[in-house]
Amino acid sequence: MIGVFHPGDSLVHRAPALLKLGLLAALVTAIALQHSVLVLGGACVLVAGIAALARVPFRLLWRQLVPLLWLLAIAVPVQLLLAGWELAVTVALRLLLAVVLAGVYSLTTPVTETLDAAQTLLRPFRRWIDADRVGLALALAIRAIPLLGEIVAEVLDARRARGAEGSIRAVAVPVIVRALRTADHLGEALVARGLDD
Amino acid sequence: MSAIVFERVSRSFDGRRVVDDVSLELVEHRIGIVGANGSGKSTLARMINGLVEPDAGRVLVDGLDVAKQGREVRRRVGFVFTNADTQIVMPTVREDVAFTLRRHRLAPAEANERVDAALARFGLTELAERPAHRLSGGQKQLLALASVLVGHPAILVADEPTTLLDARNARRVARHLAGLDEQLVVVSHQLELLDDFDRVIVMERGRVVCDDVPAVALPRYRDIDAGDDDADDDAQDAAEERSRP
Repeated sequence: MIGVFHPGDSLVHRAPALLKLGLLAALVTAIALQHSVLVLGGACVLVAGIAALARVPFRLLWRQLVPLLWLLAIAVPVQLLLAGWELAVTVALRLLLAVVLAGVYSLTTPVTETLDAAQTLLRPFRRWIDADRVGLALALAIRAIPLLGEIVAEVLDARRARGAEGSIRAVAVPVIVRALRTADHLGEALVARGLDD
Repeated sequence: MSAIVFERVSRSFDGRRVVDDVSLELVEHRIGIVGANGSGKSTLARMINGLVEPDAGRVLVDGLDVAKQGREVRRRVGFVFTNADTQIVMPTVREDVAFTLRRHRLAPAEANERVDAALARFGLTELAERPAHRLSGGQKQLLALASVLVGHPAILVADEPTTLLDARNARRVARHLAGLDEQLVVVSHQLELLDDFDRVIVMERGRVVCDDVPAVALPRYRDIDAGDDDADDDAQDAAEERSRP
């Protein structure tokens, strides 16, 4: 979600975000409930077809998968030893397919469209929930990830420069203080941009 | 041009008077505010769109009281902060510019047109789909300007917009600021940025000590800056820091 959108004009890019979210939820649920390796193999063909239809570069999709490979490197051998090859393959395929589908969604859908879709979904509940506010909260949550990443990286550099590599407190305290200050600055910037109502 | 009026405005933080009985009427196109750290210049700028409210006196923008009609005032007054990073809300450049227009409830075609125009104005068209947090410092500040000006404010207030930038990016941002049609109030330590301005206000310890054309006001500030070395300034500086989150 964080800046991974890849612009394009494929059928998948042009499909409404709400439809894509619905299909994503349905397909991931169906895959999660599936126990047959054969059917999951068929699902692989379907998902590969969707990815091809989306015309997103393979390297971008691969980048979404890399973090999962670390998890699979641990989970698959454990499943092989404890539950047999069939369950190990099933678990691996389910996870891979779910992440590829989520990756295709993220690569073909700008965050603003996802926020609009979330707001549309929340509209029937507008008596109880402020959809705009929820959309803003989602946007800020997404924005906070790279901001926090930068803060942690800077604090780790500062800790190294001062020779305090072993100290957890030397990371936790400045990260929390800076994160809170950044949140205040962000809040002030939102007010300045007229988002105070 | 709009009229920004300060009527006997004061503001204190931690018992220290950061802005002290200031009265001004700003109607010029480009106005600079200079002063040492803690002189009250940032607090004064923040009062223009209600980020800080005065303890005493009134701030009016086109007759609207900032303390009472803050929302209307903020539609007219855009604000750019020193650190562009904390102004970016959305993941990509285009989405961040478009974000300002979400509350304007424009038709999608009109919103897209305005976003495209704002991106083109600040040379960001090629970067439109790039992750905003991966831009350079200068590009981020230009994005902050585009994101504010896409809302068509009549006034732009910029609080030290070039302080965190290297010389090349500072020149780039300064060039864009100089070309703006909107009324501009810039707080800056970089005095060359204000050379061509219509009016420069020099602040010292919360008071206006010089209010003139740059040719008169900037040398006056340089004199004050060169001669001033008071331990009490640190406490004043810390007090004004309280006006920022």
